[in-house]
Amino acid sequence: MTGWERFTDSFFNARVMEQYLPKIIEGFGLTVILALLIIVAGLAAGLLLALLRAFAIRPLNWLIIFTVDLFRALPPLVIIVLLFFGLPSAGMELSGFASTWLALALVLMAFSEEIFWAGITSVPKGQWEAARSTGLGFVATLRDVVLPQALRLTIPPLTNRTIAITKGTALASVVAVQDILGAAHGAVSHSYNPSPLTMGAIAYLILFFPVVVLGRWIETRFAWKR
Amino acid sequence: MSPAPIVDARAIHKHFGHLHVLKGVDLQVAEKELVFLIGPSGSGKSTLLRCLNRLEDPSSGSVVVDGIDMLDKRTDINKARQRIGMVFQSFNLYPHMTALGNVALALRKVQGLGRAEAEAKGRAALDRVHLAEKAETYPLQLSGGQQQRVAIARAIALEPRVMLFDEPTSALDPELVGGVLAVMRELREDGMTMVVVSHEMGFAKAAADRVVFMSDGMIIETGAPAEIFANPREERTRAFISQIERH
Repeated sequence: MTGWERFTDSFFNARVMEQYLPKIIEGFGLTVILALLIIVAGLAAGLLLALLRAFAIRPLNWLIIFTVDLFRALPPLVIIVLLFFGLPSAGMELSGFASTWLALALVLMAFSEEIFWAGITSVPKGQWEAARSTGLGFVATLRDVVLPQALRLTIPPLTNRTIAITKGTALASVVAVQDILGAAHGAVSHSYNPSPLTMGAIAYLILFFPVVVLGRWIETRFAWKR
Repeated sequence: MSPAPIVDARAIHKHFGHLHVLKGVDLQVAEKELVFLIGPSGSGKSTLLRCLNRLEDPSSGSVVVDGIDMLDKRTDINKARQRIGMVFQSFNLYPHMTALGNVALALRKVQGLGRAEAEAKGRAALDRVHLAEKAETYPLQLSGGQQQRVAIARAIALEPRVMLFDEPTSALDPELVGGVLAVMRELREDGMTMVVVSHEMGFAKAAADRVVFMSDGMIIETGAPAEIFANPREERTRAFISQIERH
């Protein structure tokens, strides 16, 4: 065997790839569902917290800031492991899937709250004043004037952060979830051949490359008309 | 002043922390009157203007506009503000809406008009500032002068009883000032009550009924434009006016 043959046999072994393709596809589906659930819950919760923060109720804001800083500071894997291995001793049991979902949704909530909040505060004060001077109330001003502008400003950092955190779904493999990485890793142990990992990497590219491109498209789509 | 003034502000004090910005200011404006507020920067004229629609809360004093006590906690401030149009130095148009969207927003969300009715009123207001053809244009595609005229349309669409102008031409290139002043002139001729903070002395001389000179948080002197500009009684007024006219 030449070096090249050894390389292709290890990473592009057709027989192994064919055998484990269904497993990888299953894992792909699982990762997609997990990612979507994280994005929906994380962004919704983050936006909700940012909106609550806009009401400037002191004790509530301290609580929001504390929660957000907590989940920004903790490594995601630590949260997943805490939920998965720690909760049962408190009498609650979460599956690996649920632990990963909850942990990453909380992390995305924390980061997206900060991004949404930065967007809201970067809308000039004059926008608030103009709207309020025409008789719009606080909530109507927030909803119709400030938020649409804030969301536009947040799209680039939000897309980046969402992609970064969603890729963390690979951590689910640590708590025995058969996501893309979990399935690929299992297949490697069975076949003694790393080719399934190549498939896993390709699966991640297929999943996230369109998301990156979509983010770019949304940015141009929502730019101000000048 | 025989009929009750439409704007009646009395003994207004405003503190920002340690700064005492307004030191007991009285301002009465009669219906259809155009009052010009002048004075050096930091004299409190913008703050006074913003107290009239409660964008600033006065620390003490009373503000009654069109019979409504603006400082009473029971007053529905959003309802009261619809009677008081305001135009800002920096236009503050909503960049994510067309000119028509800017003008129609409060008509729909505050006055509860349907889309068609709000847009018809909005177009009429844009027509009054001679920008009917820019209805579908976004603010950043308009010149500064056009943006300010859209902002005026946004305010007058609500059919206010009083219009407040906070340095409406200060952010404009000189060649764009005329169009905005022309629109303000037409408003005045239509009988709008106006309070204007501005350094446009030519406009004050031509259109104002009364000029109020403020300095250091107090009203120093008030009178007809001809009087104030030609024969100011107070030394501070004289100094300010000669300084302005040198430019």
